[in-house]
Amino acid sequence: MSVLSKIFTAIRSGAREAGEAVVDANAVRIFEQEIVDSKKHIKKAKNSLTTVMAEKMQAARKLDAIKNDIAENEQYATKALDQGNEGLALEVAEKISALEVTLGEQQQVHDSCAAHIEKLKGQIHSAERQISENERQLNMIKTTESVHKATSAISDSFVSSGSKIVNAKESLERIKKRQQMREDKLKAAQELNEDNFDQSLQAKLKEAGIVGASSSSANAVLERLRNK
Amino acid sequence: MNLQDLSLHFSDFNLEGYSFDCQLIAGEVDVLQVMIEGFEEVPIYISTTDTQILCIAYLWSESEVAKDTRTEMLEAMLDMNIPMPLSSFSRIQDQYAVFGALATNSRLEDIAHEVITLGENAVEVLSMMSGFLK
Repeated sequence: MSVLSKIFTAIRSGAREAGEAVVDANAVRIFEQEIVDSKKHIKKAKNSLTTVMAEKMQAARKLDAIKNDIAENEQYATKALDQGNEGLALEVAEKISALEVTLGEQQQVHDSCAAHIEKLKGQIHSAERQISENERQLNMIKTTESVHKATSAISDSFVSSGSKIVNAKESLERIKKRQQMREDKLKAAQELNEDNFDQSLQAKLKEAGIVGASSSSANAVLERLRNK
Repeated sequence: MNLQDLSLHFSDFNLEGYSFDCQLIAGEVDVLQVMIEGFEEVPIYISTTDTQILCIAYLWSESEVAKDTRTEMLEAMLDMNIPMPLSSFSRIQDQYAVFGALATNSRLEDIAHEVITLGENAVEVLSMMSGFLK
């Protein structure tokens, strides 16, 4: 059963005691051990890979050398034939034939190295996939455990502090009240600002003689009454 | 990210216009309780694992949910999961919650942003979904 379905079953059953693990500690150890083993396996495979790659390079160099050797001897044989020296040509031809046997052998070494490299690379890939899969599953277990423990710590702290998780509706009421209060304060501050602005503007207008100060004076009132 | 360091950072800074009040709750797994100024009713709980930083805000308990519209509430939570920025709905035992997860190598600014967003989301969810409560 996958880790996720184990967690699912454990959570759905709701039968978990506080502190009881979702997935038993043994399973966690097995996952951790598998990760360690896979990592060891990769290290070993990588070591082999470098050795085999070196062998392949060596074989390739030998192949080139033999091919050059053959080409060179073919030229000698042709020249010997041109000179009508059949005996010498046959001797060179025998050497070429021996070189061709060695070439075949080296080619086999080279090919088997190449095949080995492919196999090792495949092994490394699948081991790496296995590690990331195991790590993902291990993370799931650890996160579930950790959340469970964290939740216990949170509720323990509520119990020890004597408080409780407040009712959601009460919380909302309080938040709303505070928001209203903040808005009211903001509005009041804004109104105060506007008042101040009006007053200072009025003062400036008076100073500039645009708004007459005399209009509100006692003399002005008397003047108005006389004119009635 | 060490929770103690995080707590110190939060207390020092005034981030995105909010100030924080932090309290470390020690247990088998340490939890940092962060109260965001203005959202004190919905504290954010931060805990860390090997791979992630988990921030959780509790919404309400199963017992507060009105039975007749419970399915509607659950569907609304599913529908809102993607539109809600950075946070997701969840349930821990009988407590509904919103949570957000961050990589352990997240910067302080990112964690603070996550915590503030989670607080704002939680308050919005409270007012948006209070109709589903008794």
